[in-house]
Amino acid sequence: MHELSLCESILEILKDRAARDNFTEVRRVCVDVGPLSCVEPDALQFGFDVVMRGSLAEGAKLEIFRPPAEALCLTCFKTVPVQRRFDTCPECGGEALQVTSGEELKIRELEVV
Amino acid sequence: MCTVCGCNDTQGHKHEAGQVHYGKGEAGTSVAGMSQQRLIQIETDILGKNNSHADRNRSVFSKNGILALNLVSSPGSGKTTLLVETLKRLSGKAPASVIEGDQQTSNDADRIRKTGAAAVQINTGKGCHLDAHMVGHALEKLPLDPGSILFIENVGNLVCPAGFDLGEAVRVVILSVTEGEDKPLKYPDIFASADLVILNKTDLLPHLDFNVEQAIAHAKRVNRKIEVIQMSAKTCEGFDDWLGWLEDARERQALRDCQTKAAE
Repeated sequence: MHELSLCESILEILKDRAARDNFTEVRRVCVDVGPLSCVEPDALQFGFDVVMRGSLAEGAKLEIFRPPAEALCLTCFKTVPVQRRFDTCPECGGEALQVTSGEELKIRELEVV
Repeated sequence: MCTVCGCNDTQGHKHEAGQVHYGKGEAGTSVAGMSQQRLIQIETDILGKNNSHADRNRSVFSKNGILALNLVSSPGSGKTTLLVETLKRLSGKAPASVIEGDQQTSNDADRIRKTGAAAVQINTGKGCHLDAHMVGHALEKLPLDPGSILFIENVGNLVCPAGFDLGEAVRVVILSVTEGEDKPLKYPDIFASADLVILNKTDLLPHLDFNVEQAIAHAKRVNRKIEVIQMSAKTCEGFDDWLGWLEDARERQALRDCQTKAAE
């Protein structure tokens, strides 16, 4: 359940930004969670609600965006969509794929008061 | 906050005649019904803080010429036995120290100290993985001998440690043959982030249906570059391969440290 400690990291980032950007309440947090980022969105959602309790982001909405994961096929040299790390190339069936995106794990945007 | 334009400026803020400005606030854009100050684009890596601690650890390792390994596995794969046997063999040849991660108890650090190596136990409490901040504090309690090897034994867990860089040069997954050969497919993130798989407890293979070739193929499917060593920490079969691999890793690390120093 490392999602809980990721939520602690999110809270730390919110506190840092609150001091810097002069806000006292967070209403919405938008995050990018790539399908290959080793984070389970449901667990992140659960952890978020628990960790934000009693903080400047109590009751805030967590919006999770799933940017697509892509990989370069080293057989046909096409960039192809993938869902999992061991997917084969949907174009040529090649097994040697090099992941090029889908590992994102970042806060994109905040709605604050 | 300025209620007219949403600017952050609360002192001496003027709206010039004939000018209405949008897009100067934090967001650089305007959303109807929402003041500019309320929408902030931050593009911040959630693991950023851990990664900066990891970079700090990495520079401590580099400065002191230390090879750091992060050992990950599920509970019961034989990590500590492997470590104890490794330390016995390194004794007198290469200085080594250990950071032990467990939720509770100092049993493992006690086992390690009996070999003569320095060990620090980190108890994570309810935590399911080590992070770079914890390791940074553990380093304060270790001798950090130049040219030494630091083994960081992570909490037994194939899921959570995957995303947390500790500043290590090498990540090693230990997979015992009493587990399924499909573990690399079930827990791809940890295998994707590792440099080496140690297939441990091979002395038990005659009693099991474990398919070694398939396990290796699965690991390679998740991570083309991953290397594999088959060994038994108990009977010491394959141990020389592991020690040789460690020596190579140390040489590679020394070369990298030289290059870093030359670049500075």
